[in-house]
Amino acid sequence: MGSEKTIAQKQFVTPFNVVAAIIILVGLVITVLRFTKGIGAVTNLDNNNPWGLWIGFDLLCGVALAAGGYVTSSACYIFGLKKYHSAVRPAILTAFLGYAMVVLALNYDVGRPWRLPYPIFYSQGTSSLLFEVGLCVFLYLTVLFVEWTPAAFEWLGLKKIRNWVVRLTLVLTIFGVILSTLHQSSLGALFLIAPSKLHPLWYSEYLHVYFFISSIFAGLSMVIFESSMAHKWLHDKMDETHLAEADGVVLGFGKAASFIMMGYIGIKIIGIAVDNNWHYLTTGWGLWFLVELIGFVLFPAILYSVGSREKNTKLIKIAAIWTILGIVLNRLNVSLIAFNWRLPASERYFPSFMEVWTTIFIITIGVVIYKFIATRMPILYEHPEYKEDH
Amino acid sequence: MEFFTLQDFMTYSKGITYLVMGAFLVFMPLFWLYLTDRDD
Repeated sequence: MGSEKTIAQKQFVTPFNVVAAIIILVGLVITVLRFTKGIGAVTNLDNNNPWGLWIGFDLLCGVALAAGGYVTSSACYIFGLKKYHSAVRPAILTAFLGYAMVVLALNYDVGRPWRLPYPIFYSQGTSSLLFEVGLCVFLYLTVLFVEWTPAAFEWLGLKKIRNWVVRLTLVLTIFGVILSTLHQSSLGALFLIAPSKLHPLWYSEYLHVYFFISSIFAGLSMVIFESSMAHKWLHDKMDETHLAEADGVVLGFGKAASFIMMGYIGIKIIGIAVDNNWHYLTTGWGLWFLVELIGFVLFPAILYSVGSREKNTKLIKIAAIWTILGIVLNRLNVSLIAFNWRLPASERYFPSFMEVWTTIFIITIGVVIYKFIATRMPILYEHPEYKEDH
Repeated sequence: MEFFTLQDFMTYSKGITYLVMGAFLVFMPLFWLYLTDRDD
């Protein structure tokens, strides 16, 4: 009995759990400070910089990187690429948790969480892009939740309701693609209102198109990254089908990401040409823009293309991490770094320690919930009772 | 490059844009062939 308890304690007290516990505990203290002392007590936000790290990273990057859900499910169910079926459930779970964390982070930024349903049910600001984003995120989070429930129902043994929800898969996928197209682009369109604040190299009348197209390869890269992480840490939870299809998913998604990234570079150059912004490229901001476009889009696109031609999954996984960093850099450039670029350095925004910690806290909560679900429910394997049921 | 009228600006910027678009329309299928030529 005593030794059993020691084994259970050993299994619970792992390095991951200890680090996660510390991050969550400190995060909870900051949460109390945020909701009792106000946003000014924990952030460096001011009237010049009302949107900081929580919007620039947690929301913009969170939504872009959660695009793997609609990308994978549309590849499988709309384009009929059934060879990617094993990637759907992990992608849906990542997207669901990603969006849930986005909404959680939004509560920290907006405050008064009990007012969260107001824009949807009480006072709709139909002329605002933020209303459109809010409505789409609310609906898409619901769609992702429903898309994820079959795994939970299989785990709970609720066969009837599981079969009923599975019949909705195609409708939910189509709905998810429509909603994602709308709000991924609207997040970029939010910045169309500030042409004098955003640097001309990042500001474009096609900003919404850039956000949508970049969300596709962000989603593809995130699925590759998440799959490689799961292979490393949750290998024992995967069945033979998942293991056999994994390389195909990496190669296929890598190829798709490479092609879309090249197209993205094309429309970015077209954006510069339309506004005749070539002269900005020779400035310091231009150099930074080229670092983003060449270093974090063109370079990983080439890595992806070489990786998929040579069937080198390791190279593709490196390219996926590089692309994710590139997406983060792009969203931070648009929302923080190249935003308010004319302000003197003393008035520029830099996140506080507590803002950064809150971001890490929210990511950690997402990872802990993912681990909890993936180690219990049929996410990385097919439930034996439903093997032929897709 | 100095522009005196909107017409001048549009002619120049749209002209360059169409050239860039043409270049990418040629490049993208070639890149697709490069990506897929080793597929089974």
